[in-house]
Amino acid sequence: MPETAAPPPMLDAAVTFGRVLRRAGLPAGPDRVVEFVRAVDELDVTRREDVYWAGRVTLCSRPQDAEVYDRAFRLFWDGDEPPRKILPPKGRLSVTVAEDSVQPPKKTVEKNERGEEAVRLRYSPVDILRKKDFADCTPEEFAELHRLMADLNLSGALRKGRRLGPAPRGSRDARRTLRDALRTCGEPMRHRYRKARDLPRRVVLLCDVSGSMAPYSRALLRFMHAGVASGEPVEAFVLGTRLTRVTRELSSRDPDRALGEASRAVEDWSGGTRLGDTIKEFVDRWGQRGMARGAVVVVLSDGWDRGDVAVLAEQMARIHRLAHKVIWVNPLKAAPGYQPLARGMAAALPNVDVFISGHNFESLEALARAISGVAKSDR
Amino acid sequence: MNDAANGRRGALPPGVSHSQELSGRLREGDYLADEGLSTAIFLALKLGRPLFLEGEAGVGKTEVAKVLSRVLDTPLIRLQCYEGIDVNQAVYEWDYARQLLHIRTAEALGMTEDRARFEDELYTRQFLVSRPLLRALEHHGSMPPVLLIDEIDRADDEFEAFLLEILSEFAITIPELGTIRADRPPVAVLTSNRTREVHDALKRRCLYFYIDHPGLEREVEIVRLRVPGAEEHLARQVAQAVQNLRNMDLYKPPGIAETLDWTEALVALGAKELDEDLISATLGSVVKYREDQQRTMGRALSLLTGAGGA
Repeated sequence: MPETAAPPPMLDAAVTFGRVLRRAGLPAGPDRVVEFVRAVDELDVTRREDVYWAGRVTLCSRPQDAEVYDRAFRLFWDGDEPPRKILPPKGRLSVTVAEDSVQPPKKTVEKNERGEEAVRLRYSPVDILRKKDFADCTPEEFAELHRLMADLNLSGALRKGRRLGPAPRGSRDARRTLRDALRTCGEPMRHRYRKARDLPRRVVLLCDVSGSMAPYSRALLRFMHAGVASGEPVEAFVLGTRLTRVTRELSSRDPDRALGEASRAVEDWSGGTRLGDTIKEFVDRWGQRGMARGAVVVVLSDGWDRGDVAVLAEQMARIHRLAHKVIWVNPLKAAPGYQPLARGMAAALPNVDVFISGHNFESLEALARAISGVAKSDR
Repeated sequence: MNDAANGRRGALPPGVSHSQELSGRLREGDYLADEGLSTAIFLALKLGRPLFLEGEAGVGKTEVAKVLSRVLDTPLIRLQCYEGIDVNQAVYEWDYARQLLHIRTAEALGMTEDRARFEDELYTRQFLVSRPLLRALEHHGSMPPVLLIDEIDRADDEFEAFLLEILSEFAITIPELGTIRADRPPVAVLTSNRTREVHDALKRRCLYFYIDHPGLEREVEIVRLRVPGAEEHLARQVAQAVQNLRNMDLYKPPGIAETLDWTEALVALGAKELDEDLISATLGSVVKYREDQQRTMGRALSLLTGAGGA
């Protein structure tokens, strides 16, 4: 390479910088690098600030990119240390999670793999499986359940869209009336009409993965995957000690890959919950800005909250004011004689429209019906 | 005029050749941009690329487009996005009423003999109603117009895909008419409140900048610049109070827009000095959630203390 006609030093440096950024996890493709070079060209290459900002506006595309970019920039351009050796671990590994924080039920998968149980349950009729508590299911049954879940229709209740479509009656559709009129020499013989089309509302799923929910979180996560992968407008979040958005991770069609990516994204499986605080984080960062507005918001949790219950009550009231409908799914509700005694649950209930169980497949079907607006609480 | 030097793309105001000069011009247009933002704007103008601005509500994203139209002395064409926006509202629509009228007139005058020609006549420019995007492409002048595509995150994904084509080609194809191409690409500014993630493909075609809340000194400067009636002391107190509000964990932390509203309200009341009573009376112009107001009311006095002060 050194023997061929030397490219301009800036181009060379930019290409290498792009490579460093990519390894650090920034999607700085060749097109962006070219744009970066053009940008530096227009500014002063000798000024550090100019090079910095040229890269900032061409190579970053999200607020969180800035941090990775800054670090890479310092290492590469200010030459703090040789970038190649230092950067990769700092850039990418800082976002991935340590091995042992991966979802715990995985271990149970291995343990049960050799068990007799597995063979026996293969033949268990589907309708028994539908009623079986998730906490008692084997991995094989989960696989079966997931196939069932993929068929659930998770589309939200309908709302009026802005876009108009052909309809037998409604407001006059000048465009189509006229087009037809041309056929009859400009005489509008038949009037055409149009009307706002119905669209499904957005569905927001918030799933609690704290320790007390562990027997259910695997099944519920699969349920969320079925929803996100269906292509309907569904958003998925995981509530632990903090909030993690997993919509992107769950959007892969392959369930194993999707769940794997989601569990890597979540750092606090089976930890404690500060339900109120994480829900507040959801409303602050996403809900109030638009995601919860007019949506169907589903909270999947047993309502155990180690934090201040007043916070949870207040946040549920906020969600209730923003959302079209609030559904609370509590696997414990199925237990005979259940009373909403968990303080968090009691605090949240006044602002919940539909309260259902969600401990087995049948109740998830009920949830799907509630989401599309036909079912009420399963009392 | 050194317009020609800019080529087909790019539209720097005359006499500006680097970003510090541009920053000065923006200031003359009543907009204070920090170095990052003015470099971003400079590059967007110079390279003829759309500028994608993100940030909390009220940090001055839309204002960038407005000040650019003042500085470049060209019209501002604004497309406000909303859910379900489509081609008929964003680009063009045929004027059916006029077309029908035309048919009737032609009939009455017996001019519909040559059917093919008559139909062609129906789909000519005079029957086309331009919406913002088409207007931006059709603009003729020494400077391209500023095209503001506001709150793109509110539009649907499909619309984003449609914008992609326009923002990279700066041309629109109307089936009945043919392709309309811009003389010079408009200065495009896209804004987003991040209610959802805008697709990467769209961002890739743009220069990206995230506008943050300003620091105390810059906010004082902004207030002084935009509300000339406010005295230095009041401006500083207001800016300090707003900075404190942003640290109070409110549902909606106030943006610069709210700071300016508040200062204007205070100036209208003839205030020279911010005190507890004035804060209670005017809080509604800066804190707009009931819960936030309750949270703030009890601590009105603490708003006045500076980070460095007592």
